[in-house]
Amino acid sequence: MSRLTHMFNHPATLVVLLGLAAVFPFVAANEYQVYVMALAFVWAIAVYGLNIITGYCGQLNLAHGGFFAIGAYAVAILTADHGWNFWPAFAVAGLAGAVFGLVVGAVSLRLKEHYFAIFTLCVGFIIYMLLDKWDALTHGPLGIISISPPDGFGFVDFTETRPFYYLVLFFLALAVFFTRRLSASLLGRTFRAIRISDDLAQSLGINLMRNKILAFVISTVYAALAGGLYAGVVRFIGPDLGNFMHTFDMIAYLLVGGIGTLMGPLLGTLLITWLTQAVQSLEEYRMIVFGPLLVLLVIFFPKGIAGSYQAWRARRASREMSADQRPSTGHDSGAGSTASTPGTTRAGPNSSSNATAAPAYAHTKTNESAGDSKGSGNA
Amino acid sequence: MEALLQQLLNGLTLGSIYGLVALGLTLVYGILHVPNFAHGALYMVGAYVAYYVAGELGASYWLAMIAAAVIVAGLAVACERLVFHPLRNAPPIHDKIAAIGLLLFFEAVVQMYWGADFRRLEAPSNTIFHFAGLTLPAQRMLIIVAAFSLMGGLHLYLKKTLAGSTIIAMAQNREGAFLVGINANRVAMMTFAISGALAAVASTLFAPINLVYPAMGHLVLLKAFVIIILGGMGSIPGAIVGGLIIGFAEALGGFYISGDYKDVIAFALLVAILSIKPTGLFSQGVR
Amino acid sequence: MLDIRNLTKQYGGLTAVDHVSTVFERGAINAIIGPNGAGKTTFFNLVAGAAAPTSGEIRFEGKNIAGMAPDAIARAGIARTFQTTMLFEESTVLDNLIVGHRLRTGSRLWDVLLHTPRHKRDEAACRDKAAEMLDFVGLSAIGNHMIADTSQEQRKRIAFALALATEPKLVLLDEPAGGVNPGETDGLVALIHKMVEHDITVCLIEHKMDMIMSIADRIVVLDHGAKIADGSPGEVRNDPAVIEAYLGAEHAQA
Repeated sequence: MSRLTHMFNHPATLVVLLGLAAVFPFVAANEYQVYVMALAFVWAIAVYGLNIITGYCGQLNLAHGGFFAIGAYAVAILTADHGWNFWPAFAVAGLAGAVFGLVVGAVSLRLKEHYFAIFTLCVGFIIYMLLDKWDALTHGPLGIISISPPDGFGFVDFTETRPFYYLVLFFLALAVFFTRRLSASLLGRTFRAIRISDDLAQSLGINLMRNKILAFVISTVYAALAGGLYAGVVRFIGPDLGNFMHTFDMIAYLLVGGIGTLMGPLLGTLLITWLTQAVQSLEEYRMIVFGPLLVLLVIFFPKGIAGSYQAWRARRASREMSADQRPSTGHDSGAGSTASTPGTTRAGPNSSSNATAAPAYAHTKTNESAGDSKGSGNA
Repeated sequence: MEALLQQLLNGLTLGSIYGLVALGLTLVYGILHVPNFAHGALYMVGAYVAYYVAGELGASYWLAMIAAAVIVAGLAVACERLVFHPLRNAPPIHDKIAAIGLLLFFEAVVQMYWGADFRRLEAPSNTIFHFAGLTLPAQRMLIIVAAFSLMGGLHLYLKKTLAGSTIIAMAQNREGAFLVGINANRVAMMTFAISGALAAVASTLFAPINLVYPAMGHLVLLKAFVIIILGGMGSIPGAIVGGLIIGFAEALGGFYISGDYKDVIAFALLVAILSIKPTGLFSQGVR
Repeated sequence: MLDIRNLTKQYGGLTAVDHVSTVFERGAINAIIGPNGAGKTTFFNLVAGAAAPTSGEIRFEGKNIAGMAPDAIARAGIARTFQTTMLFEESTVLDNLIVGHRLRTGSRLWDVLLHTPRHKRDEAACRDKAAEMLDFVGLSAIGNHMIADTSQEQRKRIAFALALATEPKLVLLDEPAGGVNPGETDGLVALIHKMVEHDITVCLIEHKMDMIMSIADRIVVLDHGAKIADGSPGEVRNDPAVIEAYLGAEHAQA
């Protein structure tokens, strides 16, 4: 990542946010608010997953809610029907997310753009149908009750709201931490190259399938683990969890917060969750607001909150940096053609050729036709 | 044998409806290269308009169908103007998300007015014909006849009229169409209008035997997508043939294999086909 | 370096590239020209692996690469640029180039999540390569600019730098001077010469005839998918088949 984005994603910002989250249960008006926040964190973890495949890698996965449901049902079935403890069931949920992600990804990611979106929409629907119809395994429309909560450590009891809140916060912090590492790494760059264009990425030697599947599996593991936590906190689930409304909710969170950004998933999820809470009557008809909101966002505000902020910061920083290198504001590229005086020194950050008062790239051009024919630079 | 014939007839009914919905979807895809996720919502709105006009205002079924077609056509054009047109040069994810936004909006509005309950649209005739041991309800006959007349009409419109041929021209070659001076905006609006009207007529035809509810468009939309992938995205004959294939597969599969899982059959087919041939069965390399 | 034998590509009944055989010598600037629809871009796509040939061989340093995946071909040492320069608009010039060297590194998911020494090494290597290539194409001064603020000509240079960061032995340039004014074209020509001086073989498609004639060591002329001429600019210029293909008009200008 460039210096600019580093400023925005500065560890200090994250530490402050984490501190705020840590004190939230003590300043919250009531336990219900803590519960709502914990649930919002759970969804945010899943949205971080969606951000990896859709935001970074550019593949619109419409089955994301299905993988969330798979994780939730894994925990529910194993704890309620088979008497497992929460933690091993939670681990199996993550594994299930990876395995199903691998299988679905291996088939679907060979498809481009629209085909991929439509295919995953169908996969999401198949998951929903199976949850609804496969009575023997999922209890059908009745759903599953009495899901075990996470086992506590010592005197920590996760059936209470506050300890659970901190548990979810821990996983959220982990999700943000991993996403941050991923995003800033060569792997994150690889994913973003694929987002720009499949052809470009391949021409740079990037194995499309392998990297897309990797991004997809990471995203489904996030979703399934979030689903597992959801089962642990809500402790009752039904097939409606697989309804694709949940996928669309998550797309809305991601888009509002800022697709392809580090803090976007969290910002968007929290903002919409609390807005919905603020207007309780909105809950059922929230889509009357969400629907047009989605449309307006993609048309007028496609970068979301975090993305717009980031772009503004980057732009400002870039302007500051180039200010001392670009004395003239002239953007006329025609000026470049007259400035090719041979013999000037190579332009660099410390070049003195600013003195010519030519526009910045006129002089980069100059150094080209001048110094470059002698050949320098590449060892 | 009779059971088989009966199921084939049911398959033909289903296939006719799916074909109409898929036709609209494939036309829009051919012109704008947008998979219109809101198409199922247009289908649903069509049924509600018909329900309102016939059920609540007490007008005739036929008037209700015309009203549904006109209103949904207008709605589709509005979607094109206000949403898809501004997004025509946006990155590929954006138009899909916007289409999903439209879908959510239409459903929420309908649900606010009518609730999530199932409603029934009365058929124009409840006569049931019996022929050679087969049961032929009048509504099913109407569906088949109406659907194929519409498809025939659409074919004539696209092939024989100037307006129709511009749609074909633009679907085949967008750049070429601009060069010969085709008004792209008009073609796009016309295509959306046709697609909306087809969806509304399909849902008005199907509603008397399949109830009216806000989520009624979901499955139909997904199946229509399966159909146009099967038939090649943008291909008009592909949509009709694909619709019939899915209709028959569902009727026969539902009868001979499992009624519970009949809705999965279409998707299982899709998964199987795309696993083998990622660009669809009859695609002409359009992608 | 690149030995092409009977290369053919058919789409349905249409033959886009028709039994083309040619040899690109190491260290030379090779150009492919031809009227619109002659099959130039298809030819490029075949060499770069973006499309699989129907028949024929593409031998790169003795190894047949025909039909290999584009990423494998890139790793083998063939880089390419595209007609339209695709870059990540929201980030800086330098930032865009770092991924170019990714193919020469081996960091996996665990290296990334655990920040292993390998990832640190790889990351440093990619950054160094990006800076080096930025310098090579003469854009060090704008490394911190946003892509959105760069000119068409700068974008071309950035695309070159990105391709060069893959450490290619052969680069395929698709209309390197497209959409760039004549003065700037001279600068790009100098840059292409510089690549050759650094032991990178160049192959390009270009419509600007005067540029081709001055820069190319060898020119292959395609028409309707078939090779109609192959030789030095002087030879090609006077070839009646070429003159006919171009109807004289463009040739006269050159």
